[in-house]
This record gives sequence, C-alpha cells and structure tokens, in this order.
Amino acid sequence: MTRPTPRRLWTPTLIAGLAGMAALIVLAVVAPWIWGDRADQLTQQVHRSASGDHWFGTDALGRDVFARTMVATRLTLVTSLGATAVAAAGGIALGAAIWVSGPRVRELGQRLIDVLISYPSVIFALVVVAVLGPGPGTSVAAIGLASCPAFARLTTNLAASIAGRDFVSTARLLGVSPLRLLRRHILPNIAEPLLVLVSVAFTVSLKALSGLSFLGLGAQPPSYDWGRLLSTGLEGLYTNPAPALGPAAAIVLAGLAGGLVGDGLAAAANPAAPRPRGRRAKIESVLTSRAPAPEALVEVGGLSVRRADGTRLVEDVSFQIRPGEIVGLVGESGSGKSLTAMALARLLPEGLEPEAATLRVDDLDLTGAADRARTATEIGIVYQDPSASFNPTLRLGGQLTEALRVHQGVRRGEANRRAIQRLKAARVSLPERRMRQHPHELSGGMRQRAMIASALLTGPRLIIADEPTTALDVTVQAEVLRSLQAANSGEGTAILLISHDVAVISSMCDRVLVMYAGRLVEELPVADLRAGNARHPYTRALLAATPTLHGPVDEPLPAIHGRPPQPAERPSGCAFAPRCPLAREQCREERPVLLKTGPGGAAACHALAWSAETAGSTQ
Amino acid sequence: MTAPTAAEAAPPPAARAAAARSPWVSFLLRRLAGLVAVLVTLVVGTFLIVQLIPGDPARTIAGSNATPERIEQLRTQLGLDQPLWTQFTDYAGGVLRGDLGTSFANGQPVTQIIGDRLPFTAELALIAIVLVLLVSVPFGMAVAVACRGGRRRPLDTGFSAVTALAGAIPEYVLGTVLVLAFAITFKVFPAAGAASLGALVLPVLAISVGPICTMARIVRRETAAVLEQDYLRTARGRRLRAVRLYARHALPNLMTSTLTLGGLILSGLLGGTVVVEIVFAWPGLGTAVVNAITSRDYPVIQGVVLVLGLLATLLNLLVDIVLGLLDPRTLNGKAGSA
Repeated sequence: MTRPTPRRLWTPTLIAGLAGMAALIVLAVVAPWIWGDRADQLTQQVHRSASGDHWFGTDALGRDVFARTMVATRLTLVTSLGATAVAAAGGIALGAAIWVSGPRVRELGQRLIDVLISYPSVIFALVVVAVLGPGPGTSVAAIGLASCPAFARLTTNLAASIAGRDFVSTARLLGVSPLRLLRRHILPNIAEPLLVLVSVAFTVSLKALSGLSFLGLGAQPPSYDWGRLLSTGLEGLYTNPAPALGPAAAIVLAGLAGGLVGDGLAAAANPAAPRPRGRRAKIESVLTSRAPAPEALVEVGGLSVRRADGTRLVEDVSFQIRPGEIVGLVGESGSGKSLTAMALARLLPEGLEPEAATLRVDDLDLTGAADRARTATEIGIVYQDPSASFNPTLRLGGQLTEALRVHQGVRRGEANRRAIQRLKAARVSLPERRMRQHPHELSGGMRQRAMIASALLTGPRLIIADEPTTALDVTVQAEVLRSLQAANSGEGTAILLISHDVAVISSMCDRVLVMYAGRLVEELPVADLRAGNARHPYTRALLAATPTLHGPVDEPLPAIHGRPPQPAERPSGCAFAPRCPLAREQCREERPVLLKTGPGGAAACHALAWSAETAGSTQ
Repeated sequence: MTAPTAAEAAPPPAARAAAARSPWVSFLLRRLAGLVAVLVTLVVGTFLIVQLIPGDPARTIAGSNATPERIEQLRTQLGLDQPLWTQFTDYAGGVLRGDLGTSFANGQPVTQIIGDRLPFTAELALIAIVLVLLVSVPFGMAVAVACRGGRRRPLDTGFSAVTALAGAIPEYVLGTVLVLAFAITFKVFPAAGAASLGALVLPVLAISVGPICTMARIVRRETAAVLEQDYLRTARGRRLRAVRLYARHALPNLMTSTLTLGGLILSGLLGGTVVVEIVFAWPGLGTAVVNAITSRDYPVIQGVVLVLGLLATLLNLLVDIVLGLLDPRTLNGKAGSA
C-alpha cells in the first residue's frame, strides 16, 4: 500500500550543511591571508571587550580575537580532517583486516572492537596524548585513533551483511580472492554508510580536538586553534566574555554544519516511509438506502475506508452478522477485507479514515465516540500474526487479562484464574506456567490459541479473526480453527473470519462474503460455495483456482490472469471487468450493484441479468 | 549498530542448552568472563602507556632539562631497567593488590588520590545519567506521540532543529556559556568548585544537554517505530487510556532499542565529565588526569585511566542488565562487550 519514496538526496538539511562546510573551507583557505597580520599584531589595547573595531574583543597582548578566530579556522579544520582521515583509513583497514583474516581471528577482533568502542573516546584520546606528549600532531593521532573502532565495526558489520548476499557467494564460487572480493564487490556497496560515518566522525573530531586544545593538550603556543582560543578567553571570562564566546560560536557552528551534512546523508541513505497525514479517526456517517436489520447482531452499512489523498480502499460495503453466525470474508490480498474488519473494530492504521451509515454490534453504536469499555469487552479480536501481536517485553498473563482487569474491574487473582481456565479450554499446555512466560517462549500455534483465549475472556458478542492461521504452520492451523469453532458452538459467539483461503472458509463458515478491489461482489451461503454454485465470475474463478481432493491431479489449476487494479486506478465500471471472461461494454462503463440471487445470496454482476434475458427470450 | 554476525546468530548447542536453564545464569557467566577479559585488557593497556612512550621513557618523563642522575633514578623507580616481563608482573601484581604506585608530583599513593576524587566524578556522572534518562525519554516520547502519522509538522521540524543545534554544542563550550550566564551575569550558581549542592547544577547541565538531545532524537525515532508495531494495535484493541497504553505497552519496547543504540552515550558521559571538570575546577578524576598529563605524572595517569575504564565497563554492564530485565530475549541473543 505504501510505496517507498524515491530517494531525495538534495534535502534542505544536506544543502545547508554543505553550504556551511563550503564556507568553512573557503575561510580556512583565505583567512590567514586576510587577517593573518592583524591576528598577530600586538597592541596596547589589551583585554578590550567587543566593539566595532574588535568584534570579539582583544586578548591579554592586545591581539584582535576575531582575526585570530578566523585565522584559527585553518588549523582547526586541517587537524579535524586529519583526524577523520586517520580514523577512516585506520578503522576501515582494521575492519577489513579482521574480516579477511578467517573466522577465528574475526570473532576475537570483533570482541576487541566492541570493548574499544564501549570505552569513552575522550579518555582513550587522553591516553594517546599521555603516551606521545601534548601537541597538535598528537591530538590528531589521538582523536583519529579514538574513532577508529567505530569505523572498524561498521566495516565488519557491513561486510558481514554484504557477504551474505547472492552476488558475493557467486563471486566466491567463481574463485575470486578475498582481497579482490573486498575491493571490487564489497567496498563499493558499503561506501554510502561509510560516507555518513565520515561526516559524523568529522564533527566528532572537530569537537574533540577543540576539547583537547581547550584542556591545553592540543595546539601549543604560539600556534592556536579554536579550542586554544576558547581556553585563553575563559581566563578573562569574568571581565570580558567576548574573546571566549567568539571561538565558542565558531566551534558550535562548524559542528552544526558537519552534523547537518551527516543527517542529510543519513536521511538520503535511509529514506523514511512516506508519512500519511490523518486526523483522529472519527467515523463519518453517510446516507444509505439500505434497510436496517434489527435482528442482526452486527450491522455494517455503507462502509468506506479512504486514504488521506481521497482514494477509497474500501467502497460502500454493507453486510450483517446474525447472533452465533460464522461469516467468512474472502478475497485476494489488497481486496480490502482486513481493512473492512479493522474499520468495524475501529483499529484502522493511522491515515486511513472510515465512513459509514451504520456500524453497530448489538446496541453498541460504533460510528460515534463509542464506549471504551464496551468496545473492548464486546468485540474480541484475533490478529493475523501471533508472533507480532503480543508485546514481547510483557509476560503473557498480564496481556491476556488486561481488558478484563481494566474494563471489568476483575482483580488480578480472579482474572488469572479465569485466564488459566480459558487457556486450558484452548488446549494450551501448562497454562499456569504460560501465564508467567514471555510470548517468545511459546510456539506460534500456542500463541494464537492464547490470543483466542484472551479474546474470549471478556465474553464478547463478536470475534473478529483476521487471517488467524496465515502466519502459522499448516500442521497447527487445524487446532487454531478448532479453538475458534469451539468458542462459537460453546458460547454462541458470532465470528467474522477473514481469510484468503477458500478451503478454510468453506469448512468453518455459515455464510461467505467475497470482496474484490475494495467492493463486496458476492454474498452466498456456504452450501452454495461448497456445491460450486457461485454466481459471480470472480467467485467462480476463485473456486476454480482452489485445489480439491476430487479434482484432476494431472491438470494445472486454472489461474486468474492479470491482477486486481490498484486502489487509485479502479475503473468506474466493474473492477473485475479487465479479467472477466464474460465482460462486455456495459461492465466497463457501469458499476454493477448487489442484487439478490436467491435465499441468502446476492451478487454484483451484469452478466446475471443477461443470462436472465437469454433465458427469458428462449422461452 | 550491531548487525548479528553468523556466529552470533547461531550460538553453539552448549550455549543454547545453558540458556534453556536460565537465561540469567549464562548471561551473568558470560558477562563475568567478559569483565575479566576487559580487566586484563585495561591492565595491559595502562601498563603499555609508559612502555609506548617514544624514545627513552625515563628521559621523556624526567623532562628535557633533567640531570642524568635524575633520569637514572626515575628509571629505577619506574622499574624501566628491569626486563619487560618482570615490569609487567610487578605492575599487574600491584594492581591486583590495590597498589597503583605513588604520584611523582606529591608522593601520595595513587589509590588515595583516586579515593579522594572518585566520589566527585561519580556524583557528577551518575546525576547526569539519571537526568539524561529522565528528560530525554518523556521528551522524545511526547514528541513522537504528538507527531505520529505526520501530525504537527512544525513541532517535528522544531524538535529536530533544536536538538540538532543544542546537540552540536560541546560540553566545554556549554559549560563556559553557563558559567557566563548563571554564575557571572545572574550569580545564581557558583562558577567553580564542589562546595555546595548548588555547585552541581551547572556542571551537570553542561554534561547532560548534549546527550539529552541525542537520546531524545533516538527515543523519538524508536517511539515512532514502536507505535507502528502490531502489539501496539493489540493494546489499542483493549481500548486503554493513553497513559497506560504508552507507559506500559510502548515504553519497555522503546527503551530496549533506545538503550541498545544509546547505551554508549551513557558511558560516553564519563568522557564529557572529565572535560567539564576542568571548566568548573571540579576536584574529580578528570582534573587529576589532565593535570597529570601536563606534569607527566604517569602513575596517576595509569591509575585514573584504569579506574575510568572500569567505570565505563560497569556502566555498560548495567545497561545490559537493564536491557535483560526489560526484554529477556536480549539475554541469550546478543553477546556484547563486557
């Protein structure tokens, strides 16, 4: 549904960052020529505060701090770039060496990098300074070495992820040497994340180098960089803050420019998913001509689901579920069946807006601000993927009983007792123990049965089961379906079962709704489905594409050619027309409406009328 | 950051069996072994500080205008005339006995210097860590919740801009500015020293603001990711009130990813503390090590670096224990640094 946005490299962030960096580089080149003399000129005007003549004031020897700050750009920038180069070259070499030197060394090397990386780099740099003695060359080496582990780790991580890919295995099978593999195949593929890290490392180096100079361990007099100027300015901070604030601003601005470049590159490398824009999902009522059905437990009338751009993903869907009935909702992926169910449960994802004339479960009206507690307890939901639908950090017991405790005020002990009973009924082994376990300690099938138990715990009138077996192994699907069926026969809970599996639907349901391209195209009793008495060409094609035990095994299953239209490209006529063998001009122009085809059956197809006409004319 | 390598993804059968008994036992055993390895690395590393000094360490340490007698005396005092292995066993044995040597500068035992100064550094660093977590997590979460699904674009942009700008300010610069604003101009807090409780305010702020911004950005991104998860839809399906939904169902999950990514920021705070101590003349390990480097007081350098290294390691271990408590899956999967 969400297409990845095309990569946008030139974001305002990146442009601003690069502009700042360019300005810095220009300044580094020209500043010593322009301000060089002034920066070293001793005057009688010592310790002056900021003025029109001296923007950042003057220092103890009467030198202009603004000129000195400008001139210091060169040393600051050169040392920062030097440290970045040391870090990148050293780190990449180290990472590459670890990677190509066999599994045992690799394992040990990665551990070592992990240890080094967890050690604060400032302290690491101080150690290097302690060994080599203070000075600008030392601080370049110190900061560079301190950032090496980050590059080494990124290199090995990226190499590991690239090496698992097909083209590398192929190259290896062809006998390409590890070094050549690294140079020709791996390095080009990891250049982008490395570039992001380079820009980050530059910013870090700039701050850390200035920090070392600030501590008096970097640039030594008479040479000076921003950090040195800052620490000199700090001595007179009480009386004259300008000489400290000027270099401080320079450090911050340069760091910001580097940071923006890093952010911009990172954003370009990992484009975020497009963000749908949405308002609070309040269901808008629409007028409909459908007659109300007071005997139904669930009534959905004229339900549509719109994307923020106005595209309708579900269009004008209406159906009812009687008390105790199991209704199947079937269709291909993208047909809108899950959205229909989630709109009924009022759990649509951000950015999707439902509208409906009627949306109720029993006397609970779901179109307005529905009662929280009743919605939570009267509609039970079984989600598609049990491994993703339980919170991995919370114990199972708390999750199963939460609705019961929060909305029905049942105390923990009693809630646990009931949950254990439910788990037993759902044939979950060791239910007492499961309550204290985390979801990942259960198998997929067991998790889904626990989910069903949880949905039943509050005594709901309706269970919405959204593809409850899709994510499970075939061997455990039957047990999960049995749990659902037991709930239905045991307590008369109505079930809306969403599935793309016609076999599951026909074995479980009383009645079947067929959706295609966001619309309801047919409604039929399950007996008709089993007997192959579907009226809509799409339903018939769907049935024909389902393998059966009685069908011929030596013939290929007929497939439905083509694919459903994208939501934004749905035709004004019948959405199935482009794939329909019966389609005529009328189908492409005029949208068919659901018409009664028999007891409990309805279909939206023009061809039904044609066959009636032909039948009439022959008589 | 840690893409699992093939070795990590498939633990040996023995490790898996151990994990089946209790994930905590094997986790703690593994981390204990890691701790020992780090300790050994630290002892070897700090030992090498003196050995790696280019040229003649004794001459360098003594300074350029030292007499030959002074150099020889230093050589004997440092044991540099001994074979390398003897030097190492002497040093390592001393460390194990809790003897880190004596300061060249004032003849004090290094352990005593560290004992005097460690509480000040620990105080700063711990308060800063607590502050960073207390501010960045609710801040990042609130912005993520307010801006979910593309709402309130201006707030989102403002948050990104402010955290990028404030995060770009190095601790020592921020410290300087804070002193100027709150100690000199408004005279609210003392500019230097550790005499009163108020003296903590400015150094802690100087250390914390940058990490708060970085962490808040991580929290904001991770919250947005957690809000998209299926299990949060399940929780929404229980129609919980916003506070319960976010605090109970989103917080633990976003904390695991935040701590995995941001754990290093917390141990990195130690580095920030060292630098900020200089700005505020804070009597901690940072000022000690910087002064020791300027005066080539190597026993103090070695001792402080060793202790700071241990502190960083313990912080990382603490982060991993919290991670294990939040999400037991992190116990057996990832074998991180000790």
